[in-house]
Amino acid sequence: MSQPALVMGISPQRIAAMILRYWYVLISSWPRMLELLYWPALQIITWGFIQNYVSQNAGFFARAGGTLVGAVILWDILFRGQLGFSISFLEEMWARNLGNLMMSPLKPIEFLLTLMVMSLIRLVIGIVPMTLLAMVFFGFNFYAIGLPLIAFFCNLIFTSWSVGIFVSGLVLRHGLGAESIVWTLMFAMMPLACIYYPVTVLPHWLQLVAWTLPPTYVFEGMRALLTEHVFRADLMVYAVAINVALMIASFCVFLMLLKSARRHGSLIQVGE
Amino acid sequence: MTNDGTIKPPPAQPGRREAAAIDVAHLSKTYNTTRAVDDISFAIARGSITGLLGGNGAGKTTTIAMIMGLVLPTSGRIEVLGHPMPDESAEVLGRMNFESPYVDMPSRLTVRQNLTIFGRLYSVANLRARIEKLAADLDLVEFLDRPSGKLSAGQKTRVALAKALINEPELLLLDEPTASLDPDTADWVRQHLETYRKQNAATILLASHNMLEVERLCDRVIIMKRGRIEDDDSPEQIMARYNRATMEEVFLDVARGRVQETTS
Repeated sequence: MSQPALVMGISPQRIAAMILRYWYVLISSWPRMLELLYWPALQIITWGFIQNYVSQNAGFFARAGGTLVGAVILWDILFRGQLGFSISFLEEMWARNLGNLMMSPLKPIEFLLTLMVMSLIRLVIGIVPMTLLAMVFFGFNFYAIGLPLIAFFCNLIFTSWSVGIFVSGLVLRHGLGAESIVWTLMFAMMPLACIYYPVTVLPHWLQLVAWTLPPTYVFEGMRALLTEHVFRADLMVYAVAINVALMIASFCVFLMLLKSARRHGSLIQVGE
Repeated sequence: MTNDGTIKPPPAQPGRREAAAIDVAHLSKTYNTTRAVDDISFAIARGSITGLLGGNGAGKTTTIAMIMGLVLPTSGRIEVLGHPMPDESAEVLGRMNFESPYVDMPSRLTVRQNLTIFGRLYSVANLRARIEKLAADLDLVEFLDRPSGKLSAGQKTRVALAKALINEPELLLLDEPTASLDPDTADWVRQHLETYRKQNAATILLASHNMLEVERLCDRVIIMKRGRIEDDDSPEQIMARYNRATMEEVFLDVARGRVQETTS
């Protein structure tokens, strides 16, 4: 399918219908809603206390107030952004509803756009209370980062969507047997994205790998902002460029996996 | 009958392809080394009810899935409502619908919520009124605000049928529409399908193991075995050809390889 054919005829009505579908699921289950708040809150409390302890005992961290807490919040944007995307997709697999959707006029691009919107909605529900906790308990005002926060957020969310699109394609092709990838793939990025330490900590050859990941630029940018009070626009530009390439690549891979799923009959056997 | 023991499908009637709701030519599907569908061709006239029969593994579900665009054929051509599938699926998906035991609807959502979402996906006008009408027709009024997952098998089938009819499809594909239903509910569903076809001049293709259902509903029957078309005609003609009183007996003859054709 050509790119223009995919984009043409996108229906906001169908996307709205799908958002309504996931919204109904979300509000029908208080444990699901609670889970969205629970893990981010637990994260921020744990890391907030670590930050307090370290800053009392190390000169660098005392100067770099909020580096750890900021890193935790940004990591959660990356991780929960992908989970929010992928869980909405998994809802269809768990409900055995994918065949209904694939047979409806809903286009793959509309489905993916819906998952992106749901990722944002889930993120807001989970992250906003987290940032308020950081402000109240640890004196870290995440929003004081100001305009750079928009650049950090956009880069992280685009990476999370790219990973989300890729793993959704894998589950589409290989069934729920591939579900564990949804929960674990982002963690493979964790050591290389240098969330809690600078890139220079890594061996030289691994630094080259780390710089291929957009989140590395974001976390380096955050440290530069919090410790040196400098906004590194160059880092954000590199991250955007890699994100664009990642997004195009993940979308193409998704379409290939969808075609492969159709070829192998996976869409009518959505189990393991 | 051909010399390899299979029965030839009846010759295509002039103009049949032009009027076809579904036109399938030399369709094959191979999964790894398994030939699930093997070079089948048929055209289904608009406004007809056609039964796709065959034992387990005969290729019925794969055939229907290829017509719907859920499975890509290995070779062959499919046209649905005059559009090649899956290339022009966007042109026809809004005009067709389906029901299958291989898919469910989100169980946490109420029946009304599910029908609302599918109605919006199919851009149904006056959706609220459409849902009310379907609920009344399919005896779902008292379940509308109940989660779909808390319904009985019969109620779920009626909800699935309501979803399949939400957009008043010109073409309805049904895979085992009355499987797991008690005789009363099954009869009721058949009655509703007949009425729907008459009122909307819709085309229905159904895969079934229920021979009584096929005899009652279908104008035409396509019998499949090991991915190939074994026979293709009206139920009456097929029963006469096999010298059998019921389709059940014909089915057993075909399944067990006891072809007893009495050629006319």
